[in-house]
Order: sequence, then structure tokens, then C-alpha cells
Amino acid sequence: MTLEIIGISVLWLFLFLYVIVASIDFGAGFFNAYSAFSDKQHILTGIIQRYLSPVWEVTNVFFVFFFVGIIGFFPQTAFYYGTTLLVPASIALILLAVRGSYYAFATYGAKINHRGYIYMYGLSGLLLPAALSPVLAISEGGFMRLEGGQPSLDYWALFTSPLMWSIVVLSIAAVLYISAVFLTWYAWKAGDEKATQLVRKYALIWAGPTIITATGIIFELRGHNPEHYANLLNLWWMFALSFLLFLGTVYLIWKKRNYGLAFILLVGQFFTAFFAYGASHYPYLLYPHLTIYDSFTNESMAIALIIAFIAGLGLLLPSLYLLFRLFLFDKDYVKGKSDYHA
Amino acid sequence: MAHVKGTRILGFEDVALQSRILTLMTLSFHIIYATIGVGVPLMIMIAQWVGIRKNDEHYILLARRWARGFVITVAVGVVTGTAIGLQLSLLWPNFMQMAGNVIALPLFMEVFAFFFEAIFLGIYLYTWDRFEDQRKHFLLLVPVALGAAASSVFITIVNSFMNAPQGFDVLNGELVNVSPLLAMFSPAVPTKVAHVLATAFMTSAFVLASIAAYRLMRGSNHIYHKKALFLTMKLGLVFSIATAVIGDFSGKYLAEYQPEKLAAAEWHFETESEAELVLFGVLDGEEPKYAIRIPYALSILAHGVPGAEVTGLNEFPDDEIPPLWIHYLFDTMVMLGMWLAFFSFVYVVGAWRGWPLIKKAWFRWLTVLTGPLAMLAIQAGWWFTEVGRQPWILRGYMKTSEGATTSGQVDLMIVLFAGLYVILGIGTVVVLSRMYKRNPVEKELAQRESEKGGEE
Repeated sequence: MTLEIIGISVLWLFLFLYVIVASIDFGAGFFNAYSAFSDKQHILTGIIQRYLSPVWEVTNVFFVFFFVGIIGFFPQTAFYYGTTLLVPASIALILLAVRGSYYAFATYGAKINHRGYIYMYGLSGLLLPAALSPVLAISEGGFMRLEGGQPSLDYWALFTSPLMWSIVVLSIAAVLYISAVFLTWYAWKAGDEKATQLVRKYALIWAGPTIITATGIIFELRGHNPEHYANLLNLWWMFALSFLLFLGTVYLIWKKRNYGLAFILLVGQFFTAFFAYGASHYPYLLYPHLTIYDSFTNESMAIALIIAFIAGLGLLLPSLYLLFRLFLFDKDYVKGKSDYHA
Repeated sequence: MAHVKGTRILGFEDVALQSRILTLMTLSFHIIYATIGVGVPLMIMIAQWVGIRKNDEHYILLARRWARGFVITVAVGVVTGTAIGLQLSLLWPNFMQMAGNVIALPLFMEVFAFFFEAIFLGIYLYTWDRFEDQRKHFLLLVPVALGAAASSVFITIVNSFMNAPQGFDVLNGELVNVSPLLAMFSPAVPTKVAHVLATAFMTSAFVLASIAAYRLMRGSNHIYHKKALFLTMKLGLVFSIATAVIGDFSGKYLAEYQPEKLAAAEWHFETESEAELVLFGVLDGEEPKYAIRIPYALSILAHGVPGAEVTGLNEFPDDEIPPLWIHYLFDTMVMLGMWLAFFSFVYVVGAWRGWPLIKKAWFRWLTVLTGPLAMLAIQAGWWFTEVGRQPWILRGYMKTSEGATTSGQVDLMIVLFAGLYVILGIGTVVVLSRMYKRNPVEKELAQRESEKGGEE
């Protein structure tokens, strides 16, 4: 394994973790807003506040970790992506601010539960994946122009691209699907039968769109980026495995049993698909301008970052374990029997 | 790259200037939350520790109520911190491309430090009274305070690097011989890191003192607020003295490594010995007017002896001199720091010796002002260090205009983020004041009493 591969694997792993934990967070907010809208409030609110409030800052760090890490390992990405993503990334920041301030003002603070705020918070959960996921489309190439050595984004090409829109739709469907499967498990653990049934229904609804758009993107790529498409096909067995895991999740949810395993299978499904996609993207960070090799930092920095990463992980893993033990696996806490908030 | 033009919402097209304005806005807003984020965990720790040691319910409740407010500022700080983290790459892509090669390590480590802090903050907040032994709960705060302090240390290391870059060579436009550790420990690090930490602790203490003093002014005469005020003023005094001492070392650092910054701040045009310190005033050509002049003071600040020679602005080319208005920023920062040290000294001595002075209404109002003034000093200090580094983004290697983006939409983003910060700022104030008003300390103390009665 070269340093470049280690670097990109670490970053990709953290991006994957962000996709999972952020999807839970984004989707939960949306379901919460939807139930407020259809007057089913309080079914989900308690569950969402118990799980999401303590961990959302941790969720956010995964994202920060990714973009700080990619500048560290591949500084040239700052030049290409930094210059072109000003507008979409700023919009994403505003949306993140809506979410962060909801936690700060509505759940920690004075409990402002104005409906408008709940809707904004819920909506931001759908708009965020829509604002972030076009980066994946951009990385396929064809949307960036170089004028006088300076990159700029071709908004027209991007917004008329079926590939971009399929990715956006997939990201939204996946957010809702991942979140619903997780919440089914969490609500079941909390012993809340009504909430379990509600989110279980959401999980089944969003399973179809997720798998259909995911398949659609592969076909979109055939026209847009044949090289990447060919690489994808070489890894067909990983996608097949991912599909089997998907079937497993849907089966368990359908049969109303073993929701915990269902969620684990879902993580497996996304893990295999996400890494198969990442591996087939290799070696490009941005078709055709940037590969992980020509954008890589110097060797001494790479080694320093990897050492820091290992040391940091040694500190983080036990702490994360403690966090999850207290808020995810503690029966009394999950059931809302104990409230020790400051 | 200065020829790149943006849209004209703000009436000018200079994208580098637009990028500077947006960065300044984000940093000025973020530093309020960051300072509280670094300083307040230590204050909570001290209050909780005093409460456990003295077995005094008031101090424990003090820690608990501070923690409740703190978590709100942290949440907003996470948002603004994420904003500045991304904006570094969005607004300064050329700089980050270069800097990423040399100074990425502390940026990366900062994320871990914050990660660590966020995890334990979540645990700490949601586990009040969950442990039989208060000391166990107290221990959870240690990683929060350590993580917060470590975050600020790593970020300040990056800022130090921008002021005194080292740990690499430039060969034919390529960066070679990069040493990440050498880059991390630039000569600016000791004074800058110490200064940032001490002022964060000082400011947090004064902000909390302001709140206690305000409550005492407005109706409540509860002993709880008196204990809070005395504790925080003592801490404010300790850290403002530390700040003054470190500030003196910072002057010596500047004289040695960034003499143009010191000279511009002091309006010191010609290299000379026995240099006088110019306070405030206005500039008429190269002649300060209406200024307070303290003989030998600049030589002492720069080198520790009255006769020392201090480098003047005449030694530098015109286009490498920072704007001269940083003089006012420097003076504001120093004056406020001195005032806070003096004022808290009077308060603490007065409280010890029972002077009636400290209970006078006008004195209480001055006490209320300490928090806002300390925050103002923080702003002046950061503006001074950032504007004082101009025209460089990486001193001696890259000018600010060369580091900026070429994207044309920066001014639109300025408008967008200005709106965001206004909303977040107002939201913070409204939510915090509403939260404490709804649940005043008297009510909470009474509640805890009755709960205890019920158990026995």
C-alpha cells in the first residue's frame, strides 16, 4: 500500500461514516417536521431529541475531518475544489447553521418549538444532501473549465446534467432510507410501538427509490464517463453483494424482526457500494485534472498525518465507545427513563 | 491575480478584498464563541471543584448553570467554526494549496482535539447526577477543558506559521525539505499560544463576572451571585496579570521576528535607540500629533532596556508595510488589558478588605462592563495581528492578494453570511436570556431543597 492509498482510504472511510451518521441526523429532522406537519408530533420528537442532541456535534466533526484531511493529504484539491465550490459549499454551510442553531436554540436552550423552525430544520435535512452531493457529479469531470489556468464551474452544464440530478435524488432517498431503518431500530429499543410502526413504514417506502436511483446512476455514468463506467463493471461483484445486503434489510424490516441486524446489513450495503464506487474512481480525485498521485502532499507530511491519525484514533475510539454506550446502548436512557441533562 | 473581477453588489470588484472582508466577518464573529469555548470549561471546572471541596451547593449549581449556557455557545461555535474551516479553502485556495503542504498537521490535529472535546461535552451534559460520586462527573469535564485548550493551541500554531513561516525551502517555485514539526514550532508559537490561552481564560472570567454583577444590579441580592462574582473576578485578575506579562514577551517577539508589525503599531518611522512609546494621537505625515508619549517605553517593550535600538519603518520597502491604523488597534487592546487588570485588582482587594466602594452602583456598572470590554480587547487583538501581517498572508512568501480565490461570487456570499451571523448573534442573546429568566437561581435552589426534603 502506498501512502497515497492509505491517505485516500482513511478519508473515504471517514466520509462513509459521515454519510451514515449524517443521514440519520438529516432524515430524522425531516421525519420530525413531517409528523409536525401531519399532526403526528410527539411520536418522534422525544426519540429524536434523546438520540440526536448529544451526538450532533460529533456528527459534524466527521465532515470537518474529511475536508481538513483532504487538504492535508491532497493540498491541490484546495485549488480545484476550493475555487469552484464557493457557492454550493456556502449554501451547505448556511444549511448546517440552520441545523446547528436548531439544536442550540430549540433543544438545548429555551425550547423554542415554533413550527416554522421545525419545518426549516426538517427541510435543511433534505437540502443539505442536495447541496453536498453534486460534488460527486463534479468529480466525474466535464463540469469544470480552466480559463487562464483558473478553474471555474460550468453551472449550465451541471444543472442540465441528468447525472447530477440522479445523484441528488439518490442522496435524498438514501438519507431518508438510512434514517428510517436506524430509527426503526432505535424506536423499537425504546419500546415505543407507535413510533416503530411509523418509521418502519417510512423505511419500506424509501427502500425502492434508493435502489432504483442507485442503479440509474451506474447507467448515467456509461454516457458521461465511460472510463469510470468500465471500472465500475469490473467491480460488479461488490455491487451484487451490496444488493444482497439490501434485500436482507428489506426482508427483516418487512417481517418485523431483528431490526438491529437490519441496520447492520444496511451499513454493510452502503459500505460495499461506497467503497466499490470509490475504488472504481481510482486514481482520479477529479476527472481528468487531478489524481491522488499528482496532488499528493510531500512524504514527510503524509507520514506525520498518518501518525497523528493513528494516535488520534487511539484517543477517539474509546471515547466514542463510551458515548455510544451511554446514549445508544443504555436501555434506561433510550427509553427516556433517566434524564440527567444539565 | 489582482485583475480578477467579481460582481459589484458592494460597489467594488476586488475579489481579494472581498475575500478579506468575508474572512474578517467570519473570524470576528467566530472568535466570540471560540474564546468562550476555550475559556468557560476551565471556569466550570473550577466552580465545580470548589463546590466539591467546600461541599457548597451554590458552586455546584454555578457550574451547572454555566454549563447550560455554555452548550448553546458551543453549538453556535461549531457552526461558525465549520464555516471558517471551509472558507479557508473556499476563499484562499491558492494559499491553502501551498500551506497544506507544510502546516496541515496542526489543522488535522485540531479536528481530533475538537472531536475529543465534543464527545465528552455530550457525555458531561447528559450525565448530571447520574453518578453517586460528584467527582466522577467532574472528571468528565477534564477532557472537555483539555480538548478545548488543545484546539486553540493547534489553530494558533497555524496562525503563528503564517506570521513566522519555517520548516520548508523553496526551490524553483517548488516546496522542498518540508518538516511538519519544524513548521509547527515557529518562533511565534510560545508567545502567541500563551497569549491566546491567557486572554481566553481572562475574557471568559470577565464575561461570567459581568453576568453575576448584572444580576446583583437587577434585583437579586442572592449570596449565589456574590460568590460567583468574587470567584470570577479573582480568576479575571490572575489571568489579566498573566496576559500583561505575556503581552510584554509578545512585544519582544515582534521586535525580533516581525519588526515591521511592531513599528507600524507604534508609529515608529526611523530606527533609533531610546525610543519613546506613542499612545493614540493622529498622524500628520510621519508626525504623531496629540499623542501621549512615554519616553524609553518602546525600547523597553521591544528589548527590555531603555537604551535599546528599535527598528523603524524606514528599513522596509513601502509595499511591505502594514497599514498604519493598526496603531489604534494595538493601543485599544493594551489599554483595555491594563484597565481590566487594574479594575479587577481594586475589586479583589476591596472585597477582601470590605471596602464599601465595590458595592456602589457606579462601580457595579463598571463591573458589568468588564466582560464586553474584554471581548472588545480580543477583537482589537485579532484585528491587530491579522491586519498587522498585511500585505502578507504567509509572511515573506505569499501576498494576501496572491492567496485569494478567483471566484466571482464572493460579495454575494458576504451578504449571505452577514445575514446568517446577525441571526445567530441575536438568537444566542435571546435564547440565553430567556433560558435564565425562566429559571432563575432562586427558583432552582428552592426546587432542589424540596427534592431533597422529599427523599429524606
